[in-house]
Amino acid sequence: MVKKIKAFFEKFYLFVILAILYAPIILLVIYSFSNSANFNFDNGFTFDAYIAIFKSDKSPELWSAIGNTFLIAAVASVISTVMGTFASIGIFNLGKRSRRVVENVNQFPIINSEIVMAVSLMVFFVTFAFPEGYLRLIIAHIAFCTPYVVLSVLPKLESMDPNTYEAALDLGATPFQAMTKVMIPYISPGIVSGFVMAFIMSMDDFIITQINKGAATGINTLSTYIYSDARVQGLEPFWYAIFSIIFVIIIAALLSVNVVKVSREKKKAKEVKA
Amino acid sequence: MKKIVLKKFRLTKKVFSFPYILFLLLFVIVPLVLILVNAFLDGDNRFTFDNFKTFFTSPASTIVLGNSLLVGVITTAVCLILGYPVAYILSKMSSGRLIVLLYVLPMFINFLIRTLATKAIFIAMNVELGMGTVLFGMVYNYLPFMIMPLHTTISSIDKSYYEAAQDLGADKATVFLKTTLPLSVSGIISGITMVFIPTISSFAISQLLSNGKIFLFGDSIQLSFEQNLYGVGSIMSLVMLAFVLVSNLIMNKFNSNSDNVRRSLW
Repeated sequence: MVKKIKAFFEKFYLFVILAILYAPIILLVIYSFSNSANFNFDNGFTFDAYIAIFKSDKSPELWSAIGNTFLIAAVASVISTVMGTFASIGIFNLGKRSRRVVENVNQFPIINSEIVMAVSLMVFFVTFAFPEGYLRLIIAHIAFCTPYVVLSVLPKLESMDPNTYEAALDLGATPFQAMTKVMIPYISPGIVSGFVMAFIMSMDDFIITQINKGAATGINTLSTYIYSDARVQGLEPFWYAIFSIIFVIIIAALLSVNVVKVSREKKKAKEVKA
Repeated sequence: MKKIVLKKFRLTKKVFSFPYILFLLLFVIVPLVLILVNAFLDGDNRFTFDNFKTFFTSPASTIVLGNSLLVGVITTAVCLILGYPVAYILSKMSSGRLIVLLYVLPMFINFLIRTLATKAIFIAMNVELGMGTVLFGMVYNYLPFMIMPLHTTISSIDKSYYEAAQDLGADKATVFLKTTLPLSVSGIISGITMVFIPTISSFAISQLLSNGKIFLFGDSIQLSFEQNLYGVGSIMSLVMLAFVLVSNLIMNKFNSNSDNVRRSLW
């Protein structure tokens, strides 16, 4: 009996915390169908907020912000992935000492607080008169994305049996062939997850973009546009609709990825047992 | 001839890292050095210590520092108190590994969206925006960052420790205090770092949730650079950097005791 009560309280506690974490998200999704900013259904059930994404006087700005978000994320994550992958192969072959130094510097953008990284880059760009706009933003995004690529590729290189690469050379492959036909395919899961991580990090970024975008250029990504638009007047109904769409996409993507991962691991564990 | 070329190529595989090393030097190291230099420059680029004097004596910056530490400490404590039981209960459940994802998932939604959502709800509920709402917003934002490392550590503790303690006659509370809690210290330290540092350096959250009444360190760093006060802004960045390095040092001290493979800066 005591055990049952305890189990109930434990479940109840888990549920309360979960409810708090998701309450704002769920409320926003529900009231995205009300086309009101004050959490009431005075306007009845309507899709007006969703229609406003495409047909309001803010739509052009909104869509240019969405376009910029994807453009910067695509360019920055592709460059980060290429540079980070080659860097990992290079770092893996460095001497012990220099390898440690490079890995520690690589760690810096990850542990540093975003605001310090943002202002330090801003001071750098101003001091050396980099042109304002996309160039600054893309360099900044590459700077905080590449470390994650390196962190996901390096362990793959470490777990690779060096003999396979040597074997390819012994069998007559040129070093270039050995790299493209043996090494790269082996580390490709690390490269892919590094790329995905870089893309997500770049899309999610607000602080570094906000501080390096330059006021005069008028360039906005989705997050900086939200900030400039909602800081003053609060959220207009169409934001409720956009946030709802983003929630659904993120939650669906993450849950499906993880459910697949966990079930695959369970299968593997069963096979091992059998 | 061909052999020499081959040998040369293999020897220089490390060359692949040079572009990135150059990149790191240029866009990570040099900018931080520039911050350090700017801390000692006045408005006319002359060497001075005035920035330090301004920062440590002006009431505005001491209030910001005090506010940041206050919000940081309370947020971290609340996250730990709320998050530890979640991680502990989940670690005992068979499906805990899947359920913990639900708690971590909000982390992947942009913090600005989550903050503005909570703000809209507070306004609709007629809650006055101030310290209370800032603290709620911070806990709401960073609780997943506490639960994640705690759950990883607690669920990796070998169950036989509990059984051994029980066999030796310990009651439930003693088992928890003498085995689970000490064995999860590295997770607690990681959790504290992952909540405290982002909280005090957070930009926009406290500003939005207090209608501009409460500024934390991140906000005032941004503000001083916006007002072209590069000197003071640089000093604030250096103070923040010191917080980051010290907490990283502490975290790695504790993690090196466990078999954590996370690479450290030290």
